[in-house]
Amino acid sequence: MHNKAPRFYIARRGDILWYKAWGIRAIAIALALLLCGFITMAATGLDPIKVYVTMLDGNFGTSRRFWMLLQNMAILLCVSLALAPAFRMHFWNLGGDGQSLMGALGAAACMICIGDRIPNVLLIIIMIAVSISCGIIWAVIPAYFKARFGTNETLFTLMMNYVATQLVAFFVIIWEVPKGSGKIGIINQSTQAGWFPQIGTNKYLLNIIIVLFITVFIFIYMRYSKHGYELAVVGESEATARYAGIKINRVIIRTMALSGAICGITGLLLVGGTDHTLTTTIVAGRGFTGVMVAWLAKFNPFVMIATTFLLVFLERGSAEITTIFGLNQSFGDIITGIILFFILSSDFFLNYKITKTKTQKEAA
Amino acid sequence: MKLYKKILAFGLTAALGLSTLSACGSGGGAADTGSNETSEASDEGSDSEATEKTDIVAGLICLHDENSTYDLNFINAFKDACEAQGLVEGETYFISTGIPEGQECYEEAMNMVDRGCNFVFADSFGHEDYMIQAASECPDVQFCHATGTKAHTENLPNYHNAFASIYMGRYLAGVAAGMKLNEMIEAGDFGADEAKIGYVGAFTYAEVISGYTSFFLGAKSVCPTATMDVTFTGSWYDETKEKEGAQALIDGGCKLISQHADSMGAPTACENANVPNVSYNGSTQDACPNTFIVSSRINWTPYYEYAFDCIANGEAIDTDWTGTIDTDSVVLTDFNENVAAEGTADAVEEVKSALLDGSTQVFDTSTFTVEGKNLDSYMADVDTDADYEADTEAVENGAFQESVYRSAPYFDIQIDDINLLDTAF
Repeated sequence: MHNKAPRFYIARRGDILWYKAWGIRAIAIALALLLCGFITMAATGLDPIKVYVTMLDGNFGTSRRFWMLLQNMAILLCVSLALAPAFRMHFWNLGGDGQSLMGALGAAACMICIGDRIPNVLLIIIMIAVSISCGIIWAVIPAYFKARFGTNETLFTLMMNYVATQLVAFFVIIWEVPKGSGKIGIINQSTQAGWFPQIGTNKYLLNIIIVLFITVFIFIYMRYSKHGYELAVVGESEATARYAGIKINRVIIRTMALSGAICGITGLLLVGGTDHTLTTTIVAGRGFTGVMVAWLAKFNPFVMIATTFLLVFLERGSAEITTIFGLNQSFGDIITGIILFFILSSDFFLNYKITKTKTQKEAA
Repeated sequence: MKLYKKILAFGLTAALGLSTLSACGSGGGAADTGSNETSEASDEGSDSEATEKTDIVAGLICLHDENSTYDLNFINAFKDACEAQGLVEGETYFISTGIPEGQECYEEAMNMVDRGCNFVFADSFGHEDYMIQAASECPDVQFCHATGTKAHTENLPNYHNAFASIYMGRYLAGVAAGMKLNEMIEAGDFGADEAKIGYVGAFTYAEVISGYTSFFLGAKSVCPTATMDVTFTGSWYDETKEKEGAQALIDGGCKLISQHADSMGAPTACENANVPNVSYNGSTQDACPNTFIVSSRINWTPYYEYAFDCIANGEAIDTDWTGTIDTDSVVLTDFNENVAAEGTADAVEEVKSALLDGSTQVFDTSTFTVEGKNLDSYMADVDTDADYEADTEAVENGAFQESVYRSAPYFDIQIDDINLLDTAF
């Protein structure tokens, strides 16, 4: 007796043809929608087609909703863009939340403390400088420790998130209105000091344009600049980088400074551009969602636009179905979870193929 | 190396996915609420609109969902009022839950407008600024906000505050608490000087301070030796903190617990420790049959009915509306006969008539002291501003006049016999 050979085996794929790749992704999404449909019917008795139409309506139903979709995409994309260079360098920056929050804190501090005393143009310039600096400081601290002492950057950046949240909580209590209520509310609602100017009547367009510029910048930086090349080499192999004469520590700190600066801009856009407030939840976990955005897109800034769309669309769409159909908000999260699970699993089939084991007879 | 990358990526994302799911799922049994609406109800509504009345499309924005006693109280009242008008969920009335106190509130208010709403209501204190922002952009839609303070100074014709003189309800619930303390003292459970109440509050500001002070004064009116410890959680909904807070109070010798925070944390801790509990926002008797005494709550249905009438008839809604016992806005739930002291219902009814005819005043300055002295004057901060500037004399006719100059509470004085264990400013 001999052991039976398994009926299937898994093998690595080489390069996959583009239409096959998109075919696999399309199948994954179709299966996900199918399963969601079944679950929707079983759990709520609703018509799944209606549910999907409502998800579309929640994102595209009115021009305002469309602009909100673009705005939320822009903010998520901004954090994700910040993370991409660090990830390419194999520096696991999970501190996007904290770095953005520090940027937001910096901007809010300027608006509250010097808001009414100086001209608006000057105030906005100061806000930009302070926010970016705050983001950089929050990112460079773990980078320095990684470069100097080889500390674990995953844990370090994660912990910095908590410190940032507590710092913001502390300042919310100092600046809260009214005292004891635990909230700041809209800052300078009457004077609008420190509010970014609107382009025409659209309050989101400026943010969107800024993030588009950053997208192009990161694309060029990662693909065509010397810096971008260096960080990719450091990521692939430190030994190679050292041999090529790249100063690894400098690259780590420089790349994380860039990461932190863009996170700082995210916070700035949130506080100065749209929300005009500061809360501990203002970044809303985008520093973590951004990890998914960046990975799904393989760090290509333009593909990241598509992955941000997917995530923002799902989030908004699931919020809409809970309101329209009177469901608990967890139901929307379940739908989102299923769809994401399938899309992430499709990645497996893009890299591996499952082949049937040839039987003895066939082999002979 | 590549494989390692994939595994890490997948692990990370899976962990994230799980954490989001579990964070939202912690509430447990919140099943969907009536999804199989038929279209019968909608026909009724449109038939009777032959006269020149405006059709109502209403939206409710909630900070949390049905698992929060506070939000559940709004959701139930809103559904009752809407269905009485013949409105249908998902078609002519909408409820959005889990909307944070930030830009999300503005976005959701605008979503409500996009759904065709001409009445949008938000239920949490921190929603106010965002409702004002939405109101200033949509002059044809009426925006109303519970517990807010700014409508009377904002001068927006379509932005309105609403609240109720819930301090009276708290006072009545306090009477029930005091009678329970008396019963336990008489039964020899503890001495009269040990009659300490525990209170779990959310934030240290007027709405909460007014609530626990009126509750305490109610208890003290029947149990003169009562004292109170207060602890704050710094959050409107934090089940763990509320439970731990209540447990700490019980461990510290508190004989009866009440709370102003919105989860089942404190009532559950009381049920586990077998300590009587006076609840808020609604009955918690089902979960706590052995300890629940009574709960005061604001009944929001009268307000919704009033606002719907105004919109239907094209009349202006009050800028700052205060519900009272008379409007049926301030109510107590049924007493739990197994726990409440004998005769509580009758005694509370008596005090209620005294409150209504004015012979008893909740914040009667002869019933409490501040730093050992009677309060004969107090400037309250009625018009909210960043510097907390006091602007209105609130002591009149021998009592602090609560919810008179605006609907939201402004009693924010620390009185003697109430001991704050911590603060959450």
